[in-house]
Amino acid sequence: MLSNTEKELIVQIWDKMIPVAEDIGSEALLRMFTTFPKTKTYFSHLDISPRSEHLRCHGKKIVQALAEGARNISTLTTTLAPLSRFHAYQLRIHPTNFKLLNHCILVTLACYMGENFTPVAHAAIDKYLSAFSAVLAEKFR
Amino acid sequence: MVVWTDQERAYIQDIFSKLNYEDAGPKALQRTLIVYPWTQRYFTSFGNLYNAEAIMSNSKVAAHGVVVLHGLDRAMKNMDDIKKTYAELSVLHSEKLHVDPDNFRLLADCLTIVIAATMGTSFTAEVQAAWQKFLAVVVSALCRQYH
Repeated sequence: MLSNTEKELIVQIWDKMIPVAEDIGSEALLRMFTTFPKTKTYFSHLDISPRSEHLRCHGKKIVQALAEGARNISTLTTTLAPLSRFHAYQLRIHPTNFKLLNHCILVTLACYMGENFTPVAHAAIDKYLSAFSAVLAEKFR
Repeated sequence: MVVWTDQERAYIQDIFSKLNYEDAGPKALQRTLIVYPWTQRYFTSFGNLYNAEAIMSNSKVAAHGVVVLHGLDRAMKNMDDIKKTYAELSVLHSEKLHVDPDNFRLLADCLTIVIAATMGTSFTAEVQAAWQKFLAVVVSALCRQYH
């Protein structure tokens, strides 16, 4: 349940991330692969070494999707429908992995924003990421 | 038996050497209570936890945050047998405090984020991995005496 203040905060934060989407996205992924090595099993088709082109490109896609979702929070199910189908029918990621990436996104934001990543901002983003993941996992079964 | 590489030990010692317990402890507990409000159920005797501002200015929350960090300090000083070091604490959390152990991970995650915000880019992916391994061992030790 997101308040209007939280929705505004979420849009503000993700808008700031768009210009550095590659950096933020690739760092979150790298943190996830390093802390939770089992997540690498979904990326055997890509070169996910630090600073690789694939990693930066993939990281950018994720941040852009998150920024777009942030601008359309009340219609997440519609906005994310194609991505939702993709995750369900093609990627078939074990659902527990969404939490692992979400956590690493939060850590990346904390490193990047420092004190500006306040507890209130942290709560808002965590709730948003949970809602986003739930929509992505909606069609799993 | 947990095996620590020299590199992991170094990363973890380094984090603790830079940690201000009086700052990070309160921040981590405040964050847990704000981001995961159901955890407030264990702190009904702490007074006003009604909103983020109240939590962040609550002196009992702050004091308890420091207690938690000193507890982690003991684990860091006994990294080769955290299980044994935490045996009594585990019994305390299960038998007396009745804390759902799933909540330990939430506090651990919030502490990680507080440290990330303080250390910035020096909290690299490798450092994070070592730190989270340490916290996973701590959480596991705390969960051991639940029956």
